[in-house]
Amino acid sequence: MDLINFEATELRLGLPGSTDEWDKKSTASPVNTNNKRSSSEMGSSVSDETGSSRSPSLAKAQVVGWPPVRSYRKNIIQGKKSESESGSGMYVKVSMVGAPYLRKVDLKVYKSYDELLKGLQDMFKCNIGLYSEKEGYKSEFAPTYEDKDGDWMLLGDVPWDMFLTSCRRLRIMKSCEVIES
Amino acid sequence: MNPHRKRAKTVDRVDSADSAAVSSESTQMRPFPSKPLSVDRVNSVESSDSSRMRPFKDKILLVDRVDSVESSESSRTSQFAGKVSGFDRVDSVEARVDSAGSTRMSRFPDEVLERVLALVDSHKDRSAVSLVCKEWYNAERWSRRHVFIGNCYSVSPEIVAARFPRIRSVTLKGKPRFSDFNLVPEDWGADVQPWLSVFSTAYPFLEELRLKRMAVTDESLEFLSKKFHGFKALSLLSCDGFSTDGLKAIATHCKNLTELDIQENGIDDLGGHWLSCFPDSLTSLEILNFASLNSEVSFDALEKLVSRCKSLRVLKVNRNISLDQLQKLLSHCPQLMELGTGTFMQELISGPVTEFKNMFSNCRNLITLSGLWDATPLYLPVIYPACARLTFLNLSYATLRSDELANLLSHCKSLRRLWLLDTVGDKGLEAVGSCCPLLEELRVFPADPFDQEILLGVTESGFVSVSRGCPKLRYVLYFCRQMTNAAVATIAQNCPDFTHFRLCIMNPGQPDYLTKEPMDEAFGAIVKTCTKLQRLAISGLLTDRTFEYIGKYAKNLETLSVAFAGSSDLGMEYVLQGCQKLRKLEIRDCPFGNAALLSGLTKYESMRSLWMSACNVTMNACRVLAKERPRLNVEVMRDEEGGDDSQANKVYVYRTVAGPRKDAPPFVITL
Repeated sequence: MDLINFEATELRLGLPGSTDEWDKKSTASPVNTNNKRSSSEMGSSVSDETGSSRSPSLAKAQVVGWPPVRSYRKNIIQGKKSESESGSGMYVKVSMVGAPYLRKVDLKVYKSYDELLKGLQDMFKCNIGLYSEKEGYKSEFAPTYEDKDGDWMLLGDVPWDMFLTSCRRLRIMKSCEVIES
Repeated sequence: MNPHRKRAKTVDRVDSADSAAVSSESTQMRPFPSKPLSVDRVNSVESSDSSRMRPFKDKILLVDRVDSVESSESSRTSQFAGKVSGFDRVDSVEARVDSAGSTRMSRFPDEVLERVLALVDSHKDRSAVSLVCKEWYNAERWSRRHVFIGNCYSVSPEIVAARFPRIRSVTLKGKPRFSDFNLVPEDWGADVQPWLSVFSTAYPFLEELRLKRMAVTDESLEFLSKKFHGFKALSLLSCDGFSTDGLKAIATHCKNLTELDIQENGIDDLGGHWLSCFPDSLTSLEILNFASLNSEVSFDALEKLVSRCKSLRVLKVNRNISLDQLQKLLSHCPQLMELGTGTFMQELISGPVTEFKNMFSNCRNLITLSGLWDATPLYLPVIYPACARLTFLNLSYATLRSDELANLLSHCKSLRRLWLLDTVGDKGLEAVGSCCPLLEELRVFPADPFDQEILLGVTESGFVSVSRGCPKLRYVLYFCRQMTNAAVATIAQNCPDFTHFRLCIMNPGQPDYLTKEPMDEAFGAIVKTCTKLQRLAISGLLTDRTFEYIGKYAKNLETLSVAFAGSSDLGMEYVLQGCQKLRKLEIRDCPFGNAALLSGLTKYESMRSLWMSACNVTMNACRVLAKERPRLNVEVMRDEEGGDDSQANKVYVYRTVAGPRKDAPPFVITL
């Protein structure tokens, strides 16, 4: 668990990271910003369908209810963000050797490699078989994926959660094409 | 409600001025029941400049600024105030004979008056009508079919039911507007059930209910569906507390449903089964909007529903409906006037784009288009054939870029209203300026309001481009990250007809990014030039000078939203003193204190409400306000863990004839 930088997450008025500037311009006495109820609401307003990818921006102070965007629209926005960030593993393209066009799958729908493989098998009407650490897949097909570094990896080697954050797209190859490195 | 009220033989003496005018009309009047007097003449009685009318003209003018239900009870109309509640229980208007002779008295029977007044729709006009005299008050209350209640706590359901015996349609608004932005805790109130309970006996024939920011439960929706047999139209906007189970009850039991309009609510979406609850016998639907619900509905049920409801004119589906499915739906309802599409996501579309080229060719009545989720350059063109007739295009859920927007808008010459996401950028807004000369309303929403690292979106330059090409702009809502005083001044010059100007510079307290000065001159330019301004939302770095301008020039201003602005109490005082027509004032995070709050002591009763949060107001000042003005409810919301008891962090003040509310939760203190 990372240590939370309390000052960075403190709720206050004015521009993020610029307390002095705000105090100079306003002649008012300090306003009570200790608004516990709101902070719990703030917590929920930036929670976390999108998961870890949001944490860098949470470090900046966010003012409750600002900008004035309705909750409904806010939720749509956060939903959209998570979809477009394929790096965190939402919709990814799947290509299959011999198929004329690509498909897309929502990785978020699956909880494990088993479920994903089953989904792929259903989608492409093929039999991929079971994963084995030593021998890969004992069938004519091998499911692979392109990771963040651009390398093609065999599906199943790394833990599921790590796979989700690193998978950019999938490809079902023929076993004979797989080069053992 | 006594159905046997007697007909007045003559008009009350007090109304001699009225009756003179009225009787001259009556000589021209044809025998009832053929043609009743037109509404124009009713209005002209009020607005006539005849000196005999003058004593009444003042009263009528006052009423223009008051909400309809409250008008007769408000302190301004004290002449009637005491009598008004008495009227509600009087069985008949006394017949009086004019001792001076009958030539000047009207023989204007109640039924005729009621018939005429039935044509008066605007609730402001009806308020005015109800203050003319006792007889008109009674005729108005018996002829009113629709009541608009802008603040559910300003009046009680019992008072409404007692005054208006024949209501068929109710519009009810609850929580303060800042509840949309999480500034109001849950369980604050605005429960619709007490209203429904009273209405079930008072208005068993209620047909329409429109709720905004009310707390609604599934039990209430079920109650509504079962107790009101002729119920037709339900509209829920920004409400919360219910689930799709409540919608099931509505679909199941409301046999005459014409409208189900569910928009942007805090709804617990348990699934799309509710749509399948419409019985096969239901064919009356005219408006169906479930765009904001996430769960998938049965397409089969939806298709059958749309096919059998021949009067359907508004259909807004949700994101789960694909383009193929939408095409099928449109083939069953080409008469649609307003359409909200589902998704344009390519992966869910089975055919090439050419398959959809005739999708809209039969929709000759389509004037509003929304939805357009996941629209991409490939499939968006399917809507082009419908664009020439569109007057309202809502693209605020489609992440279009500038070129995509430009291509689309080149087909949309008739647009009056346009909603966008700021992904279109300044270049997209240039296209707006060049393609849409008839534009009256523009709303630009932020695609990424909370990510401060992103510097995309629109700037002052996009706004200026639009103002150049669209001189008829009246309504603007604009979210941006930078703005200049000069740009806003130019915009004001280009578009002097603004009635609603809502500018949100997303970084609180940000100055003019070029000159580093406060944004005072920007809003000064707006209020000086746009004399018709009714609604204003300000942002950026602002001193008291902004408020000085507003108080001095914004004489038609009714609604003002302020955040992170001002230097001292003077700011708020300027506004309270200068803006005579102010009805709603909402303030957050400003350095306004007790002196400012109390400077409005005599003003708040002429307003609907005041909201002040995170300002410098103390409990004592609130107590003073409450004591001096018993006809206001002064509510303070307490923070959870006590904290500083003398600070009043969230204050909500509103006028009411219903006294302190009885359903206030523990954290709301009514002083």
